[in-house]
Amino acid sequence: MNRINYLFQNKNKDLLSIYVTAGFPKLEDTLPVLEAIQEGGADLIEIGLPYSDPIADGPTIQESNAIALENGMSIKKLFSQLLGFRAKIHVPVILMGYLNPIIQFGVEEFCKKCKEVGIDGLILPDLPMSHYLEEYKEIFERYGLFNIFLISPQTSEARIREIDRYSQGFIYMVSSHAITGAKSAISEEQEQYFERIAAMNLNHPRLIGFGISDAATFQLASRYSNGAIMGSAFIKKIKDSKELKQDIKNFLSEVRG
Amino acid sequence: METIKGKRMIQVDERGFYGKFGGAYVPEMLYPNVEELRENWETIVSRSDFQEEFQGLLRDFVGRPTPLYFAARLSESFGAKIYLKREDLCHTGAHKVNNTVGQIILAKKLGKKRIIAETGAGQHGVATATVCALMGMDCTIYMGELDIKRQRPNVERMRILGAKVVPAVSGSKTLKDATNEAMRAWITDPVGTHYIIGSVVGPHPYPEMVARFQSVISEEIKRQLLAKEGRENPDLVIACVGGGSNAAGAFYHYYNQPSVRLIAAEAAGLGIHSGKSAATSVLGTPGILHGSKTLLMQTEDGQVVEPHSISAGLDYPGIGPVHAHLHDIGRAEFVAVEDENAMQAGILLSRTEGIIPAIETAHAIHALHQISYRPSDLIVINLSGRGDKDLETYIQWGNY
Repeated sequence: MNRINYLFQNKNKDLLSIYVTAGFPKLEDTLPVLEAIQEGGADLIEIGLPYSDPIADGPTIQESNAIALENGMSIKKLFSQLLGFRAKIHVPVILMGYLNPIIQFGVEEFCKKCKEVGIDGLILPDLPMSHYLEEYKEIFERYGLFNIFLISPQTSEARIREIDRYSQGFIYMVSSHAITGAKSAISEEQEQYFERIAAMNLNHPRLIGFGISDAATFQLASRYSNGAIMGSAFIKKIKDSKELKQDIKNFLSEVRG
Repeated sequence: METIKGKRMIQVDERGFYGKFGGAYVPEMLYPNVEELRENWETIVSRSDFQEEFQGLLRDFVGRPTPLYFAARLSESFGAKIYLKREDLCHTGAHKVNNTVGQIILAKKLGKKRIIAETGAGQHGVATATVCALMGMDCTIYMGELDIKRQRPNVERMRILGAKVVPAVSGSKTLKDATNEAMRAWITDPVGTHYIIGSVVGPHPYPEMVARFQSVISEEIKRQLLAKEGRENPDLVIACVGGGSNAAGAFYHYYNQPSVRLIAAEAAGLGIHSGKSAATSVLGTPGILHGSKTLLMQTEDGQVVEPHSISAGLDYPGIGPVHAHLHDIGRAEFVAVEDENAMQAGILLSRTEGIIPAIETAHAIHALHQISYRPSDLIVINLSGRGDKDLETYIQWGNY
């Protein structure tokens, strides 16, 4: 069974997913950071594939992408770092990235490598549903990779139902009209949106991401969904960290409250 | 070149593809905006109330039709019959305003209150700020921090017109990054904002919509050539290509006329293989940039490469998907013109015809040196913009 489904079968509340850019803050930090995130008690991990033009991301993640690229990170390098990583990491791991570097690597080859090292799913913000269904679905499924779809406050009910139909694992709820890392508090309008989606009784669990920055926003988001995703706040915490392991542990225990 | 037998070969399909290129690779957060446009733009644009307002503004505000001018001395110097399509005489000094007039009327009809746009050289930014002032709409222009320094006069023009100019500080701090910032800004205000893209790039339906608004250029060339020469079709049409909006406009009604050679002049910068170039048709490979699949300058790992051209308007790592398609099927001939040659062509046009062209446009003039043609050929060069904005670059180059 895919680790994502296994996770949601055993736990459906207060799930915490942490996003980290591959090869950040230093090129060889990828694995130690994953281990520390798991030890700190995160339920899922998203590894960001750095890209020169990440249009859905705010300044913090953009900068981490630029630093990782400068460090020499690439898809090829990441797969070599991840070879054998399942000996230590048992939580579900999802790769999040933009389509172009994957196309240049070769979509089929990319999926094959994902399966080899033990990746469970993909989040590709610039791969819309229609292009996914036409060109990618069959390949992803052949390698057991879940494609995680995003929805936003603007997504129509009909489209959310359609996304729910084609989703695997969970649905990624973008918390507001925002790029990553943009907000610090959750507004009433956002809560109404969370409520509206919760009332739809979708087939798939939901994690809320974008603008989840601390214990308060994590708890509030979790009240209306199965948990939440944190990226920019985590990236900020580790950017200049001298004690990666300890800082990550502290960050996670603060969020868990 | 492959033969085209009377059918429309160059046409966008329902999914927004020209052959292998195009599409709408946008995050879900932008899907409703792009979908709203896709569903409505053709219906709105073909309505009589839209056409009346659009044609009226093109005539009275932009100053259309622009002249098709027989360049006698330039013709003599090259040994062919050369006409210049005078887009430089448009209000604001370049063809860009044809598109912004169209899109702002569309935005108004869609009930949008606020306009955002990206700009490289500043021409599209000025053209957008101009129509926003005209319509009383709130206007924010994203511009690379480096371009803000290179194109000071245009930045001030935008500000005088009441626009807010926001620097893009990521990446190379040029057009590509300004486009990223504009897309991010659109994500954060999807309901009230319309994004006026300035070239035939971006997710479907932008490339076709922008081309349609610019197609007034070739529509007029046909009519004007018929009056002057007794024929609608020239032998060659030449235009410069960055993203490719003026070329798309000049080629549009000739796409499916195989007797008309279409020449696209790209920027070779310091030399195609110098590492300082923007010659996408040579250096580019298929990839996804700003929402569409096209030819793109990138590393083996799929990271976008920073282009270089002496002209800010051609300094873009991709080309519009329609141009990638024209290149792919051999319908258009691409030539890459180096910085130095473009500058000299700018001086040549200044001294033979009394027209100082934009440096972008100067690339199209120099293309004449790099292609074959017969003395009997009738050539139309799209003179996409005037050189006022480039005075500083001409001065720094200094070789005149």
